[in-house]
Amino acid sequence: MPSNKPRTIIEKVWDSHMVAEKEGAPAVLFIDLHLVHEVTSPQAFSGLRARGVKVRRPDLTFATVDHSTPTTPRHLPIIDQIAATQVAQLETNATEFGIPYFGFQNINQGIVHVIGPEQGLTQPGMTVVCGDSHTATHGAFGALAFGIGTSEVEMVLATQCLLQRPSKTFEVKVEGTLKPGVSAKDIILALCAKIGIGGGTGCVFEFTGSAIRALSMEERMTVCNMAIEAGARAGLIAPDEKTYEYVKGRKFAPQGEAWDKALAYWKTLSTDEGATYDFTTTIDADALEPMITFGTNPGMGMAISASVPNPADSTDPLERESLRKALLYMNLEAGQAIAGQKIDVVFIGSCTNSRLTDLRAAASVLKGRKVNANVRVLVVPGSQEIKRQAEAEGLDKIFKDSGAEWREAGCSMCIAMNGDQLSPGQYSVSTSNRNFEGRQGKGGRTFLASPLTAAASAVMGVVTDVRSL
Amino acid sequence: MQIHSTVAVLPNDNIDTDQIIPARFLKTISKDGLGDQLFCDWRYHADGSPKADFVLNTPAAKASQILLAGDNFGCGSSREHAPWALTQYGFQAVLSTSYADIFKQNSLKNRLLPIVMPKDVHAALFAALVENPALQLTIDLPTQTLSWPGGPSMSFPIDAFAKDCLLEGVDEIGYVLKQDAAIAAFEAQRPLSLNTLA
Repeated sequence: MPSNKPRTIIEKVWDSHMVAEKEGAPAVLFIDLHLVHEVTSPQAFSGLRARGVKVRRPDLTFATVDHSTPTTPRHLPIIDQIAATQVAQLETNATEFGIPYFGFQNINQGIVHVIGPEQGLTQPGMTVVCGDSHTATHGAFGALAFGIGTSEVEMVLATQCLLQRPSKTFEVKVEGTLKPGVSAKDIILALCAKIGIGGGTGCVFEFTGSAIRALSMEERMTVCNMAIEAGARAGLIAPDEKTYEYVKGRKFAPQGEAWDKALAYWKTLSTDEGATYDFTTTIDADALEPMITFGTNPGMGMAISASVPNPADSTDPLERESLRKALLYMNLEAGQAIAGQKIDVVFIGSCTNSRLTDLRAAASVLKGRKVNANVRVLVVPGSQEIKRQAEAEGLDKIFKDSGAEWREAGCSMCIAMNGDQLSPGQYSVSTSNRNFEGRQGKGGRTFLASPLTAAASAVMGVVTDVRSL
Repeated sequence: MQIHSTVAVLPNDNIDTDQIIPARFLKTISKDGLGDQLFCDWRYHADGSPKADFVLNTPAAKASQILLAGDNFGCGSSREHAPWALTQYGFQAVLSTSYADIFKQNSLKNRLLPIVMPKDVHAALFAALVENPALQLTIDLPTQTLSWPGGPSMSFPIDAFAKDCLLEGVDEIGYVLKQDAAIAAFEAQRPLSLNTLA
């Protein structure tokens, strides 16, 4: 328990949420915010019914639909009847258990990890959970945010607590200044490439350093969002003036005296001087280039000017086989460049890169240009609120004039369970977070990249370094 | 809990939960009916017919309760549908050198043992299975041991609390529900930071 020992922010948030700690058993950790969506919750609500248990803290719970939700105009019905049933089931569950809910037709519906911060639900020092591995997004605010399974969703609904063992602490220090054309997405793709998709297993990342401090809140969310893609349980960034300014005045943010008290507390959260981490790695922001993935997991990435590695160079037989299989699936050759690779689809969206600054970045490239005639381009805002803000700035017009589709909020082509998907064999440049086989549609092939790289590739019809435009 | 079974082998590192069960099958509101969709995109042709050479379509694998895979098994999405699909197919244990954190938790909650093997024993088992694909493994949870004829007997780590829950049938949610007084005391001293109902 708390002592005078210097602590990391990770340990501080952990310690302050400890309800009970019994020898040999995992800690009972109190959860400040539980976000719920349609895909990983129905079986949890069924479990509550079977137990005859209520939701303990509906006032700390919030639900929305995003994953299986189509991004077609909202006046159209959900054609997929299985998805329609799932979306309707969340509404039934939210109503029955008294949970606040942004439904399919709500003007504030959006991706769960976008609307949490947008509504001021996500605040520094909180513990946040959601039945979704990208929950780490909320770590951008200095929250300890875990993705959990459906059994754990049921546990948190029933008890507002999670059984959890402490994670190891892992400092990811990013020093220096990003060059033009290089963005937050490139930082996190570089980390995945450096330590591998399992490099952070058992750990929580704290992102530190001057390059992290220089990022906007939206960019910090992009970095934390993909902590899981390097294997970490969570990833966070200590709050600062940018954090407080972002949170202040949002719908669910503390007001008046409560704000002052919260702010005073938030200012105590940063990692103490002298605190140590179990692991540390550094990334040189000055040396970063725009990143692109070439394989079938987010760790298989490289600078956009590099060439595809050769499986024969790998000493581990399983690693060699995985790389060989990945290149076979992607239909790429060892040693070839990815820049110049012909593409069929560009997807700009997802909980990684669907916020206003992401859309502005993409629009800055597409303005006055046309997307290549052979490429379908989907631009999918992360929430209906972002959609309105983008339209107020005229971004929608830039996208539509360029030949891109401007769609309704949702997870869209990140997850291919809502109608937006690749066809077998198609290549995409995608601002989403996963390039696993079939992730964007059965047989589809994904190159993960930043919104700038995606927009430049949309114009050229091939994977393109935005700096060459 | 003791498992005595042959082994199905998937010699790949970083098998992600999108492979174990593709997202399009996550539109269900039930836990059931996922066994046939396990590794769907590796297992079936475009017309839905099974690929005869894929391991899970072989009669030997169908009779097996143990899956041997490469490092970092279950990475990616938090979907608990992954252990649901694996157990519904018939697996009771997975063997790997490491697991993604969320997958490991989800597995333990569904009576699927995520057994971590040292790299050398893992490699030795792969080699032994090339020699004799019908090799029978014995996994014993109470003693935390894994062995096969002619091979080493290894002990495997498992979270002590999870082991108790598995062996004594402790319901984890019931366990936390019983701590109501401690939770209420914690809530009482905690300043209200959020009210989503406001």
